[in-house]
Amino acid sequence: MSIDREVVKKIAKLSRLKLTVAQTETTAKELSEVLVFVKKLEKIDTSSVSPMTTVTPMESKERSDKISDGNYPDEILRNAPNVKEGFFSVPKVIE
Amino acid sequence: MNEDISNLAISQIRSLLRKRELSSLELTRYYLNNIEQAKTLNSYSFVSEELAISQANEADKKMASAEVEDLCGIPFGIKDIFCTRGFPTQAASKILDGFIPDYESTVTENLFRSGAVMLGKTNMDEFAMGSSNETSRYGPSINPWSSELTKALVPGGSSGGSAAAVSADLCAASLGTDTGGSIRQPASFTGIVGLKPTYGRCSRYGIIAFASSLDQAGPMTKTVRDAAIVLKTISGHDPKDSTSAKINKPDFEADIGKSIKGKKIGIPHEYKTEEMPQEIQDLWDKGKNVLESAGAELIDVSLPHTQYALPAYYVIAPAEASSNLARYDGVKYGYRAQISPGDNLIDLYEKTRSEGFGDEVKRRLLIGTFVLSTGFYEAYYIKAQQVRTLIKEDFENLYKEGIEALLTPTTPSSAFPIGKKDEMSPVEMYLNDIFTVPTNLAGLPAISLPAGLNKQGLPLGLQLIGRPWEEANILNLAHVMEDNLKFSQNPKKWWT
Repeated sequence: MSIDREVVKKIAKLSRLKLTVAQTETTAKELSEVLVFVKKLEKIDTSSVSPMTTVTPMESKERSDKISDGNYPDEILRNAPNVKEGFFSVPKVIE
Repeated sequence: MNEDISNLAISQIRSLLRKRELSSLELTRYYLNNIEQAKTLNSYSFVSEELAISQANEADKKMASAEVEDLCGIPFGIKDIFCTRGFPTQAASKILDGFIPDYESTVTENLFRSGAVMLGKTNMDEFAMGSSNETSRYGPSINPWSSELTKALVPGGSSGGSAAAVSADLCAASLGTDTGGSIRQPASFTGIVGLKPTYGRCSRYGIIAFASSLDQAGPMTKTVRDAAIVLKTISGHDPKDSTSAKINKPDFEADIGKSIKGKKIGIPHEYKTEEMPQEIQDLWDKGKNVLESAGAELIDVSLPHTQYALPAYYVIAPAEASSNLARYDGVKYGYRAQISPGDNLIDLYEKTRSEGFGDEVKRRLLIGTFVLSTGFYEAYYIKAQQVRTLIKEDFENLYKEGIEALLTPTTPSSAFPIGKKDEMSPVEMYLNDIFTVPTNLAGLPAISLPAGLNKQGLPLGLQLIGRPWEEANILNLAHVMEDNLKFSQNPKKWWT
């Protein structure tokens, strides 16, 4: 399939990206090209193949559900672009 | 500056430092001076001069004691993707402008604990997405092998700055990361050694994530032995990374120098593509001859699903990237877009991400979101993961038959000019990774070593792919090749 402008608009929204009209056009063209390339995979019969879940086989590790780190709000907030009274500050969410 | 300390390998520096014939401070100053003179190459995005001097002084003090670790006093360039406490770390992206981590990646922690010196952070493609270092926030890094600035060539990518820095003698060695070839391809383009360890050998904690099931950190060095020395220090199990392996760590340097007589080396015929330039074919033959003369047995083998590796990679890597990069929202760290009155939280996210990410990153986020979206997930993502299983089985089948390693070219060409990317489609650019991607998909260790110069005088690399956890074996094989190929050329210094 080729990707049209409508599909690009939908996935841009899901990706939280804003595209200009021109960018939407180019993206549709480029993504279609990538998909043609990727379509090659259809040629292989994988009906009896399991999808890979881990590349180096190892047991899933478990740990006890205990807090092992934390308690430094200042360090966490130090990199935030906008902080108010010890919180991340964002535009109004609820009207 | 002292002429005789130029282009030293770690193994040489190690013994000079121990004999107290050279101090870490002297060496650190030498590299800092080289970095200053090589600004044109744009291989460092940040130089940590003060830290370097103090670490070097510390190391020189430690030299007096009997138990000195291998990397004590050795100056490194660190790819901008490793979180370094208190120092700028932004994976060459605008979206992480101003980010100063409060924690250290395990790999750099291991490095500094052994006494190594950090000279600075090295340039790279934005979020490690690229094969030319041209998608960087800091502008492209330049290959020291370019004949002059007007004919600038790319150093490869994504660890382009790390590669250029080693090649131009702006550090003793550097650290890179490899998701689809990002250590090996730039190593090949700049005439240095680059090792991608087995997936799980090095902790990913504190490394800015691109595609978590493929990312692996590794050394970029002047010699094969140096790669073994660095791997020994940076690898090991880490409880902070659930995919880091609890597995015995051998002394990677110890196997170097052992006989390779009778070793079975596979030559996969699928890697001989129709488009392969004669110079790459000749280089490959040269490598085969060297191994054969040293007593190895060459066997023609088949990896039947090779042609599907790149398409599978360009589904899996963007899919993982689209979820990993969802965290960049303009709230917690880094860049935040200006918003207009009346803008809501979603507007803040969208504006921040649209202004903060570059084109290649956006392209991959969109591809990733597409292949994971309802209706396409089975057809693309699950399909690619099934193919990934087949690609891994291809290797496993050969290893079961007794093949111990494979020899292939690292890249389909030598370094290309800066700007060529704009004439290429994204897919054409992706073809750079054709020989390197399969090992990431299969989680295998692989090393690129410089094997010669082409007619234009540009370096070309060969790749050895090993069995899981058998880095020591490919290091030994690579060392035999290095010994016989005698590649010792350095780029002509045109940049000062």
